Amino acid sequence: MRSHSLRTIRIIFSALVFIGFFLVFADFRYLIPTKYINVLLYLQFVPSAIKFYALGTMAAGGFIIVLVLTVLTGRTYCSFLCPLGIGQDIFSRIGGRFKKKFRRYGYRRPFTILRYSILALTLIFTMTWGIYVVTLLDPYSIFGRFMTYFSKPLIIWINNFLAGILGKFDIYTLSNIQVKGFPLVVYSIPVAFFILVGILSFTKGRLYCNTVCPVGTLLGLISKVSLFRIRFDESSCTKCGRCAVRCKASCIDFLKTDVDVSRCVDCFNCINTCPENALSYGIVRIGNKEHKTDEGRRKMVIGSALMLLGMSTVSKAQEKAAPKPKKPSTVKENKTSPVCPPGGISMEQFTRVCTACSLCINACPNGVLQPSLREYGLSGMMQPVMNYHRSFCTYNCTVCTEVCPTNALQPLLLEAKKLTQIGKAHFIKDNCIVKTEKTNCGACSESCPTKAVHMIPYEGNLVIPEVTEDICIGCGHCEYACPTVPYKAIFVDGNPVHQVAKKPENEKADVKTPVDFPF
Amino acid sequence: MKRRDFLKKSAGAGIVAGAAISFGGYDKLWASTPAANKYDMVAIMGGEPDAMFDLGIMELGGMGTFVKKGQKVLIKPNIGWDVIPELGANTNPLLVKRIIKHCFDAGAKEVYVFDHTCDNWVNCYKNSGIEKAAKSAGAKVVPANSENYFHSIDIPGGVKLQKAKVHELLLETDVFINVPVLKNHNSTRMTCCLKNNMGVVWDRGYWHSNDLNQCIADYALYERKPALNIIDAYNVMVKHGPQGVSKEDIVPMKSQILTTDWVAGDTAAAKMLGVEVDKVEYIPIAHKMGLGTMNLESLNIKKIKM
Repeated sequence: MRSHSLRTIRIIFSALVFIGFFLVFADFRYLIPTKYINVLLYLQFVPSAIKFYALGTMAAGGFIIVLVLTVLTGRTYCSFLCPLGIGQDIFSRIGGRFKKKFRRYGYRRPFTILRYSILALTLIFTMTWGIYVVTLLDPYSIFGRFMTYFSKPLIIWINNFLAGILGKFDIYTLSNIQVKGFPLVVYSIPVAFFILVGILSFTKGRLYCNTVCPVGTLLGLISKVSLFRIRFDESSCTKCGRCAVRCKASCIDFLKTDVDVSRCVDCFNCINTCPENALSYGIVRIGNKEHKTDEGRRKMVIGSALMLLGMSTVSKAQEKAAPKPKKPSTVKENKTSPVCPPGGISMEQFTRVCTACSLCINACPNGVLQPSLREYGLSGMMQPVMNYHRSFCTYNCTVCTEVCPTNALQPLLLEAKKLTQIGKAHFIKDNCIVKTEKTNCGACSESCPTKAVHMIPYEGNLVIPEVTEDICIGCGHCEYACPTVPYKAIFVDGNPVHQVAKKPENEKADVKTPVDFPF
Repeated sequence: MKRRDFLKKSAGAGIVAGAAISFGGYDKLWASTPAANKYDMVAIMGGEPDAMFDLGIMELGGMGTFVKKGQKVLIKPNIGWDVIPELGANTNPLLVKRIIKHCFDAGAKEVYVFDHTCDNWVNCYKNSGIEKAAKSAGAKVVPANSENYFHSIDIPGGVKLQKAKVHELLLETDVFINVPVLKNHNSTRMTCCLKNNMGVVWDRGYWHSNDLNQCIADYALYERKPALNIIDAYNVMVKHGPQGVSKEDIVPMKSQILTTDWVAGDTAAAKMLGVEVDKVEYIPIAHKMGLGTMNLESLNIKKIKM
């Protein structure tokens, strides 16, 4: 196929995919139904592979489709479906506008040792140690974090700006949403990657995809046997080199009329560029030149950029107007385990399959899911954890379990979620307002959806909380509502393995329907 | 399914009641010039929320007594919980809708509805049925989910609460109508007129940690007081309040109380709920602070049974 429309199709298709992903992550009003989100996520390679590994059903077989697609067409995934790849194309384009030099790529030798080492290490680490390297390097998860950490706050700020203006005109269709940042340290990895991916794509096209990205390298390896490829018609090629200059993967060696298929992302730019129509996309011919591996020097430019930034301070994410009781509470909350989101089954299982793509953090209408700092250990950084000082888990909601693309959070029916005990509330009487101030409060019990936290008689007319652990589901509304600082008088300790809570029993009220006014 | 049935049924009942009234003596309501209130309190029993309100407001001289032409009205129901209407944790949507209609009929320029919710505000507005009901009656349903909407005010004379942040609409509107739902409350024993104002302010945690009962009474000192309190006692949560667990917590009382004195309203409500008024500590505190009376005998109360 020499058709010029291939490139146009690629651009239109990838733009739609990118807009789709952008909207899914930017959807701060939660308007997109999860079934559409799942359609979009189905073909994401790493999440789908992990889900398949966890479930073993073809319902999670999106990555197999990608593999087949790669065998047939080469790395079309990288240009058509990968949001990070498409995002880099946008960056490259802006870079080209910014400085013409950035659009003149030219042939470059591959960083063969580096890229295969990263792929091999990723596979070895993942099989022996855990998900952590995948978490760092999965392109979809990187994209998700960029959206969650950088784009969404920006979008919400714009929304708030507009909402402010509309509010002045008495229009309340847009509502103000408070932006609360994450702890500073968790920004280190997304920021480092944003700089790395940003600079590389801005100036060098798809260098990141062809050097660091393990998915790119793996699909590149498979592409070596792919059926459809970019090929040269050597008889008509004048060796003008225009194709190589336009190739953002820097994979066309025009002097040898050779395309490095392991790095070609099927963007089809070269086809349109060639004035002689010497390039086409089609079934590979037998006896085609095999690309030879280069044994030249390798620059380890990229490796150092993977290092973490040395930031150590943690931002205070508490609300500005945090309530201040007269006496500060004295007893520290003794949390033995972090609270892992519903559907996670157990901390171990959850942290093993979550790639920290942050989609659930975005989808949570209450903002209770936060990227973890050290709660799951350093290796689990950025995986979502329930933060009850910041918010609580809505009783009537299962959104996080519905959107998770890796099955780290398994789908829960609402009725099951309402009985999934992710943690248990613990009351610290010595911190409680009722004891320290001798005044009524009840904020915890008021918020409790199951009445696991209820009030019992205390001194005089006072009532004080008590917890029935077996009907507590660990939603954290009590902890969130508790007004004591710095330590809460009630807190949820996570269940390392989620339990089933007892259904709250409720007897009919003994008050009769009145027949007359009692006054 | 249950909820849908309920909505259908109650909507049907509303239409029937509404129709009955519009064929009946409803017109008189507007014909009579709003005179000085004959009654301090009107209590109605035995009807649907909207029909009871029609009767009650008529006894108070019609909505025109409280809302003048061209005024902006704030209606503050309880929308605190992500719970369906039949579970009685929020104000009855039919009642809210009916009040809005009366406001517009009295010539209100604009009617606003909001609550600073306890559960997720989007879910509360939606699942309480109030957003839909209020919008269908032409009111503006306004968010109160962000501190940006709240402005600092002073409460001179407050014992514990001297400052608060209140929603901008409380400051910008001309008439404030308080529409609490009567419920049991785990800590204060009861939530009704006075306590409903916790949904007008931003920082409730301060109240909870600084003598909740005193703060509730202190807030009633603030100059923006409700012109009218409409107590929804149709489905009354008698235990596990203020959120409730299931319908076992509900006793249908099919009642409504309209009053300009919110301390008196809370006193009457406490009696309906069957709690000792003195146990609801903020009532005697507010009474002593001169914010209203808990002495119902001193009031002119009209009681109606439908």
